[in-house]
Parts: sequence; C-alpha cells; structure tokens
Amino acid sequence: MLIKVSQASACHESEVTPQATYLSRRAVMAGAAALAAGASIPAWAESSSVSAYEGVEPGKAPVWFQEKLKQTRWQAVTAAGEAITPYKDATHYNNFYEFGTDKGDPAQNAGSLKTEPWSVVVDGEVGKPGKYSLEDFVKPAQLEERIYRLRCVEAWSMVIPWLGVPLASILKQVEPTSKARYVRFETLQDPATMPGQRSSFSYIQWPYEEGLRLDEAMHPLTLLAVGMYGRELPNQNGAPLRLVVPWKYGFKGIKSIVRMSLVAKQPRTTWQGIAPDEYGFYANVNPQVDHPRWTQARERRLPSGLFAPNVRETQMFNGYAEEVASLYAGLDLRVNY
Amino acid sequence: MRYPWFRLAVFLLVAVWPVWWVYQAWLFALGPDPGKVLLERLGLGALVMLLITLSMTPLQKVTGWAGWIVVRRQLGLWCFAYAVLHLAAYLFFVLGLDFTQLGVELRKRPYIIVGALAWVLLLALAVTSNRASQRKLGSNWRKLHKLVYGVLALALLHFLWIVRANWAEWSVYAGIGAALMALRVPFIAGLIKRQKKNRTNLQRSA
Repeated sequence: MLIKVSQASACHESEVTPQATYLSRRAVMAGAAALAAGASIPAWAESSSVSAYEGVEPGKAPVWFQEKLKQTRWQAVTAAGEAITPYKDATHYNNFYEFGTDKGDPAQNAGSLKTEPWSVVVDGEVGKPGKYSLEDFVKPAQLEERIYRLRCVEAWSMVIPWLGVPLASILKQVEPTSKARYVRFETLQDPATMPGQRSSFSYIQWPYEEGLRLDEAMHPLTLLAVGMYGRELPNQNGAPLRLVVPWKYGFKGIKSIVRMSLVAKQPRTTWQGIAPDEYGFYANVNPQVDHPRWTQARERRLPSGLFAPNVRETQMFNGYAEEVASLYAGLDLRVNY
Repeated sequence: MRYPWFRLAVFLLVAVWPVWWVYQAWLFALGPDPGKVLLERLGLGALVMLLITLSMTPLQKVTGWAGWIVVRRQLGLWCFAYAVLHLAAYLFFVLGLDFTQLGVELRKRPYIIVGALAWVLLLALAVTSNRASQRKLGSNWRKLHKLVYGVLALALLHFLWIVRANWAEWSVYAGIGAALMALRVPFIAGLIKRQKKNRTNLQRSA
C-alpha cells in the first residue's frame, strides 16, 4: 500500500475549510461589523453559547469573558493553508495528566475543576507582586483570536483557534525587575478535584511546573489563552488560563495556571525532572533532534484517517522560524533541546 | 477432536476483537488518531493473549479439566496473530512503511529492539507449534517452548519502556505475569497439587 507524504507547503484537499464553517465565520465578521457600527447586538453576542465554529459545545462563560469577547480582534493571527482541527477532536484528545493519562480522560474527568473564582499569584522579581483575580489580570489587554499550529512532543499535531492576550502585555503590567531572566509557571494542585494527582503510580511530582526565558515570554507570539473556538477554555484544555507557545512542543503550554514567578535562574520543569534526556528546558519543535524513543521528523496531523494517515514533515520551530529563530542565534539546539 | 464447541467458542471470542477495533477505527470511534489507538490495543491484546495462554496450564492443574490444555496452542497462536497485527500497525501507522526508518529505529531504540526480539521468539514458537515439529524436535521441543517465559519478560519490558508518566496500568499486567510465573515454581506448584489431592480425598471419603 502506498502512503502519500506530500510536501509541507502543499495543500491537502482535507485542509480546505468546509463551506459551512467558512460561512459561519462570515456571519461572525458581519456581526462584529454590526457591533462596531453600533447597531443592535446580534443574538450570538448576547450569549456565550454560540460560536463561529462547527460543533462547539456551549460553555458557561463568566460575565467578564462575555464582555471581553465582544471586543475581540478576530483572526489576529492566522495559519495560512491550514484547516482548523474539529472542536470535538481538540477537546477529546488531550494530555492533561492531572485528570488521567489516557487522551480521553481529561474530557471525562475535568468537569470537577472549579474555575471560578480564579486567581493568579505573581511573585519573584517584579515591581508589582500580588494575587490577582483572573478578571483583573487580563483586563488591560484586548482579546485576540490566534490560529496556531500545535505540535505535541508525541508526534501528532492540530490547528487551534485560541483566544487570549499576549503574555508580554501581562508581564509589562507587573513590572519585572532587572534581575528577572526567566518566568516560572505553576498549575493548580488540588488532588480533591484532580484524580491524576491522587495516583501513587505517577512519576510526576505535582504541581506541574514550566518555564520560559524572559525574551521567549515577551515574544509577541507567546499567548496567555483564556478561550478557544470562540468560547472560554473547556476545562480539559486548561481552563481558565493557559500558556500557548506555538513554536515549542505542546507540553510547554502549561494549563490551569495559578502562579507566575519571575526568577533569576532557569527554573526546573516537570518533564525535565522526569526524563532530562527526553525533555529539555527549551523543547523547541525541531525535526532534526529526535526524542530518544521516536523521530520528530514527521507528525500526524489530526484527525488522521485509518487508511489515509495524514502524515507530514515537521517544520523547524513548527513553522514559526521566521519569527523566533533569532531568539536562539548561537545556541546549539542539539544540546539545548 | 475433543471439545469442538469449546474450541470454536474460544476462536470466535478472540477473533472478534481486532475486527471490531478496525471497524471502530474506520468510523473514527477511536478518536482522531485511530492508527495509534489500534496499535496500542493490538499490543496490549497480544500481551493479554500471552497471559491467558500462560494461565491454561495452572487452570488445568487446579480444576483437572482437560479442555484448558486443548485450547492452549490455539491461544498461543492467537497471541502471535495479535503480535503480527501489532507489528503491521507499527509499520503502517507509525513508520508509514518507511523501511529505512525501521533500520534506524532497530538500531537506536531499546524498546523497539526488545519488542522485535519478543516478536522473533513468538515467530519461532508459532512455526514449531505443529505436531510434526513436536515429533521432529522430540524432548528439545519442550525446552524450546519454555522460551515463552522469555517472551513474557521481554513484552513486559517493552511495555514498561513505553510508559511516560504513570506505571499503574503496567503494574497490573506485570503483577498477573509474576503470579503466573510463581505458579510454575515447583514448591508453589506442589502446594496446589497437594491441596487438590486433599480435596479429592475429602470428596471420596464423604
């Protein structure tokens, strides 16, 4: 049997956005235009339950989110030639080990997560440390929709329309001092609502920790997401606040963030702690550096059919090399994987 | 042929799973990455078949029913059949039939090497599972087929080295495997036999 592996730049027929999706997008654009013109508010804007994307389950967005959604810059960043992953797949195929290690576990178990009220502690080398309510935390910035490729370290990938604010705008607001060189992030630790944290067979030491260099954190592509597919984040995708760094493997995108610390030294990260030879601090998408247990040269773009696997070449920095390669000039990426 | 209906029932019960999984995968009922799920189910299926095969002899010893031994060879061959499908799924879904990459994987990845070794041993056992081979190999046949214990160890190691964050599931299979091996330790096997004898004695005297 033949498997067709087409060039990265080639468009698959499967990538063409279905007409219904395209048309519903136009409806949103029209709605947004109507809003701007001060016309009567269309029905979709009044409730958080209507989304531009097909098959999106209605959420229960807090009021501040619904308000912010009205001023969203839709499609602020797009992924040319990429078909957006169906909502069902993006929300039922997740790695969120706090809720179990199977891909379907988070969707099944994350209902117990209480996302409201939510606050984020900011500490370390900052001028304005404190405990911020999520609403206040993201208030100054405008919501943006950004369609990013998501490349998992396990060699599968998706294309997700996130809703969020640039991390840089949040960081500026808390005023990092001159000593701050890294940002350390921490996920909620609550074994009562997170069954994965109760397992005694886990290699993971909770809470989940991640980190970025300050210049990576300040990069305009780095996003703090509060929503996706035109609604607030579903619990299994890291509600109510998660990190999205599109040129890095998915595990860098820490979920359900409760703490951000600005620090002088490179922070420990969870996966680096478990298997330092497999998961580095940088975790930049790099087809030339294998995971010790599998190649990173290719990826399965999901959904990938049984008899026509959607396999494609992985791109350097997940296709964002133009924007981010300069961050790593002079750095040996084989050593700093 | 003894116990024909029992044999047929076992055959159907084991054969139905891969067919069902492929059907589910085809319908996307296994999620957006059906090839990967199919691969994992077939691998786990092969391990389960191996554990079931290894429990036939202890079951026969405990119950005294000969039917367990009658289906033992069939179950062993099913273990191999699942392993063949598991390998085929790996070649097709993971490697995309890129055989140069297979060479790379076989040199670089310990869990692939261990899995391949287990597969080759299973192949040797499957090929020599017929009566003609039994006759030809004589007493060596028993020695050769003791390799199945090695296959169990390799398969469990292959599984353990795939685990990324949580070994709860692995520990269940390893525990069952260890228990089945323990039943083969002469001292423990003797205990079971003695108990059985006591029981039959009691029944006789009653």
